[in-house]
Amino acid sequence: MSRAPAGRNRTRTLWPSLALPGVVWLLLFFVVPFYGVLAVAFGGLDPIFGNAVPVWNPLQWDSTVFVDVLDRVVNAELREVYLRTFAYVGTALFLCFLIGYPVAYYVSRFGGRRRGLLLGLIIAPFWINYLMRMLAWINLLQEDGYVNDVLSALHLTSAPVNWLEGRSITVVLGLVYGYIPFFVLPLFAALDRIDRSVMEASRDLGMGPLRTFLRVTLPLSKQGLLAAAVITALPMMGDYYTADLLSGSPRTSMIGNQIEFFLFEGSQKNAGASLVVILSIMLMAGMAYYLVQTDRATRELHRS
Amino acid sequence: MNRLRTWWSNPWRRPAFLATGFWLYVIWSLVPVLIAIQFAFNSGRSRSTWQGFSLRWWFDDPDRSLWHDPSLRDALVNSLWLAFFTMLIATPLGVALALGLARWRGRTARASNLLMLIPLATPEIVMGTMLFLVFDNLYTTIPLGRPAMLLGHVTFSVSYVVILVRGRLLTIGPDLEDAAQDLGASPVAAIRTVLLPLLWPAIFASLMIVFATSIDDFVISAFLSSDASSQTIPIKIYSTVRVAPTPALNALATVMLGFTLLAVVFAVLALKVFRRGEQGSAVEDFATLEL
Repeated sequence: MSRAPAGRNRTRTLWPSLALPGVVWLLLFFVVPFYGVLAVAFGGLDPIFGNAVPVWNPLQWDSTVFVDVLDRVVNAELREVYLRTFAYVGTALFLCFLIGYPVAYYVSRFGGRRRGLLLGLIIAPFWINYLMRMLAWINLLQEDGYVNDVLSALHLTSAPVNWLEGRSITVVLGLVYGYIPFFVLPLFAALDRIDRSVMEASRDLGMGPLRTFLRVTLPLSKQGLLAAAVITALPMMGDYYTADLLSGSPRTSMIGNQIEFFLFEGSQKNAGASLVVILSIMLMAGMAYYLVQTDRATRELHRS
Repeated sequence: MNRLRTWWSNPWRRPAFLATGFWLYVIWSLVPVLIAIQFAFNSGRSRSTWQGFSLRWWFDDPDRSLWHDPSLRDALVNSLWLAFFTMLIATPLGVALALGLARWRGRTARASNLLMLIPLATPEIVMGTMLFLVFDNLYTTIPLGRPAMLLGHVTFSVSYVVILVRGRLLTIGPDLEDAAQDLGASPVAAIRTVLLPLLWPAIFASLMIVFATSIDDFVISAFLSSDASSQTIPIKIYSTVRVAPTPALNALATVMLGFTLLAVVFAVLALKVFRRGEQGSAVEDFATLEL
C-alpha cells in the first residue's frame, strides 16, 4: 500500500488509544468490583459491629463465612431456597417453550409481508418496563381485580382468590410473563435460519406435518432452543423482584431474595457476597455459552 | 373425517391454530399493560375497579397526583437525569471502544473484546452486588445514590453501544477508510470525515437505546440508590406497588413507558435510515441486536 510508514505507526497506536477509555472504565467498574465481591466473601468481620471488612490480599483470605454459607446451601435451610429456585426456573422455562415455540415458529414461517409488524409486536414487551408489567398484573390479580372477576363469572371459583400471597403458581407465571420475550427472540432468529426447502422436502417425501416438525424442524432448532433457554435462565436465576412483588412471602423466596436479604436487610454482606460467588460459579457455564454465541454471531457478521 | 385429514395434511392450508395462538400471545403480553395505562385515568382510588375517566391522578388531585406529589415527581426527575447523563457518557465511550476494537489486533485486543462482552452475560443481581460492594468499600469517595447509580448505568450501557456501532462498522468495511488514507488523510481525519458521518445513525440509535435501557433499569439502580431522594421510577414502583399505591403510580409508569417507547422508535427510525435500499428491515436488525 502507498501509506507512509509514519502513518502506519500512528494507526498502530490509534486503535488501542481509542479503545483505552472504555477498557479502563470496564476495568475500574467491572473487573475491580468483581474482585471486590471475592474480597468481601473471603474477608473478615469487624469484631465490634460484625460488619463485613473486605480483605484485598488473597493470601489473607478467610474462607470461614464462605464455607459456612456453602454448607447451608448444601445441607441446611438455604438448600430449600436453591431447590425452589431451580424448580421455578425449570417450570418457567418449560412454559416459555410451550408458549414461545409456536409464536416464534408462526412469525418465522407465516409472517409473510406483515413480518415486520408481527416481529414488532413480539419485541414490544422488551421495551415495556419489567416493573410496569408486574404492576399491571398486580392490578389484575387484586382480590377485586379482573382475573377474579373473570374466574367467578365462569363459575371456576366460588370466592375471590388471593393470588398475591405466597403462591408459587403466581410467581412462576410472573417469571414466564416477564422473561418470555427473551426466549421468543433467539428462537425466532434460529427458526428463521432454517432452510425452508428442508421442511418442504420432508413433506414431499410423504411425512405429515407432525412428523416433519418432530424430525426436521425441532432438531434443527435445537441450538436456538439452547440459546433461548440460557438467555432466559440467566436473569431468572438472579431474579428477586418478581417473587417479592407477586408474593412477598418467605414461602416463595428465591436465591435472589436471599442475596438481597443478606446484603440490605440482614446486613450480612459476607454471606451475601458468598452467595453471589456461588451463584456466579453455578451460572458460569451458561455465561460462557452466551459469550461464545455472541462472539460467533459478530464474527459471522464480519464474514458476510 | 376424511375432509379433516385432507385439511390437516394440506401443506398450503392457513395455519389457523398457530395464528390464533400468536394473537392470543400478543393479547396476553400487551393487554395487561394497556389496562394498567387505562387505570392511570381512573376517577376513583382503585386500580382494579373502573370508576370512570378523569385526570385526577395526573393533575387534579392536589396532593397525590403525579403533578403534585413530590415523591413521584422526584422519581421522574431522577430517572430522566440518570438516563440523560448515562447516554452522554456511555455513547462516546462505546463508540470509541467499538472503533478501537474493530481494527485493533492482537492478544490485548482479544482480551478487551471479551471484557466488553462479559457485562452482557452477567446477571444483573451479580453486577448490582459487585457495584454496591465496591462503592461501599473501595470507591468510598463516590457516594451511593445518584453518582454511583450513574457510574453503574454507564458500565452496563457501554457494551450495548459497542455492539450497535460495531455491527454498522463491519458492514461499512475498511475500504472507504483506506481510500481516504491513500488520498492523504491522516487516520484521525479519516475517522472524522469518513467513518463518523457513516456511523451517525448507529450513534444516534445508541444514544436512544442507552437512554431507554437506563430508564428501564431496576436492579442496578436499586442496589446503588441511597435513600428516597435517589429513587427512580422503577424503584418507586417496586417500593409502593404493594403498600399504598394510587392510580398516580400507574400514571408515573405510563410516563416512563412513553419515554422508553419514544426513544426506541427514534432508534428504529435512525437504523432505518441506513437500511434504506438494503435487504431486511430495521425491526429485524433490532431483533438481532437483542441477542
